[in-house]
Amino acid sequence: MSSYYESDDLKKFGSIGEHGKKLADDFFKYYGDVTGADGALTRREKALIALAVSHSEKCPYCIDAYTTACLEAGANPEQMMEAVHVAAVMKAGITLVHSVQMQNHLGKLVL
Amino acid sequence: MSAVFAIRKARSKFDFEAVLRRSGIDLPPLAVDTLQVNISKICNQACRHCHVDASPTRTEKMSPEGIAKCLEILERHPAITKLDITGGAPELHPGFDGLVEKAVAFGKHVMVRHNLTVQLDGHPQTKESKEYLPEFFARHRLEVISSLPYYQEFFTDAQRGSGVFKKSMEAMRRLNAVGYGVEGSGLLLNLVYNPVGPYLPAPQASLEADYKRELKAKFGLVFNSLYTITNMPINRFKLHLDKTGQYEAYMEKLLAAFNPAAAAGVMCRSLISVGYDGRIYDCDFNQMLEMDALDETGGGLTIFDFDMEKLLKRTIRFDEHCLGCTAGAGSSCGGATA
Repeated sequence: MSSYYESDDLKKFGSIGEHGKKLADDFFKYYGDVTGADGALTRREKALIALAVSHSEKCPYCIDAYTTACLEAGANPEQMMEAVHVAAVMKAGITLVHSVQMQNHLGKLVL
Repeated sequence: MSAVFAIRKARSKFDFEAVLRRSGIDLPPLAVDTLQVNISKICNQACRHCHVDASPTRTEKMSPEGIAKCLEILERHPAITKLDITGGAPELHPGFDGLVEKAVAFGKHVMVRHNLTVQLDGHPQTKESKEYLPEFFARHRLEVISSLPYYQEFFTDAQRGSGVFKKSMEAMRRLNAVGYGVEGSGLLLNLVYNPVGPYLPAPQASLEADYKRELKAKFGLVFNSLYTITNMPINRFKLHLDKTGQYEAYMEKLLAAFNPAAAAGVMCRSLISVGYDGRIYDCDFNQMLEMDALDETGGGLTIFDFDMEKLLKRTIRFDEHCLGCTAGAGSSCGGATA
């Protein structure tokens, strides 16, 4: 294997059912119900959320899939980049807010 | 196995007629209510996705005899209620104005596929000005149908060339100024969206709402309807797909998104497309692939031996590019079909 991430492997997503069909079927139905249609959120809003999560979770398959999905939902590059910034500030904020824990512990340790 | 053979073999799985058979769908012609005439391949632009391969250097154009024949067909056939004039930029044809005037005099609904920028660019070879077009269109109450791939500069210029978006906004302003797209004027200005790459269009209604909101807010511009059109995997766009290794994936996307409801509404069932040389085709895409419409004996149909009965009895010709018209919400020169 030349790489752990091959873009063609995205097409094999359905193969997760090979050794667990029912669970895979349940998952794909759930996936389709959540992402495939307008609900309380539009398909575009859901695609932008998914794009942001794809980046925060560092999934190259998802980044490819949701870049296309965002375009097919009518989003533009400004909206897509802003979604990635939302993921980025969440990551930064999550890192920084842990400094409160550091300060709490510092408070216990320091005389 | 040679690379060419391997590609051909791989492509055979995109057999459109097999898809129709599997779905139990038969698509005979229903009518000929629209005569779509591609009068000229010259264009002031050279868009990256253009299925006509139009550009400022093309010289093919319909002869005066061809124009006269189209007018004769329109006059003799009341069932053909619409004339859809396309190109290239059809306004660059020297017989464009006369064709419009006479077709309108026959009481036909005349549509022009107007790329907007030709108003400002003029004729790329003769330098003739085309600034009179908005007033000319309005005087003859043409329906104007204009490509605008997005309501922002980035996508539009990426597909249609640097500076096209700004010129398009100015051209739309001039059309609005004579009443096009303005509520109550009856002058129709419809825009065409097509993706700037190998992906399917967003839902037509939601995209139309975005276009209306953004163009009004940022530029004070109005229009009537937005038509979403899928990029056809032929000619210039296909070359791009082949060069970037995306042809197979795009065709798989179109095949996976096959929609029987969209198939039932394909435009080739109710229009015919006429080439600059008078040959007849089932649609503008078949025209560019030189897939002539054929009579029962396999002979090519032309405007010079126009026979409505033969046209209605013909078998529409399909190939793998037809998957573009049946994917998702469908695609036609009038936008989504399902």
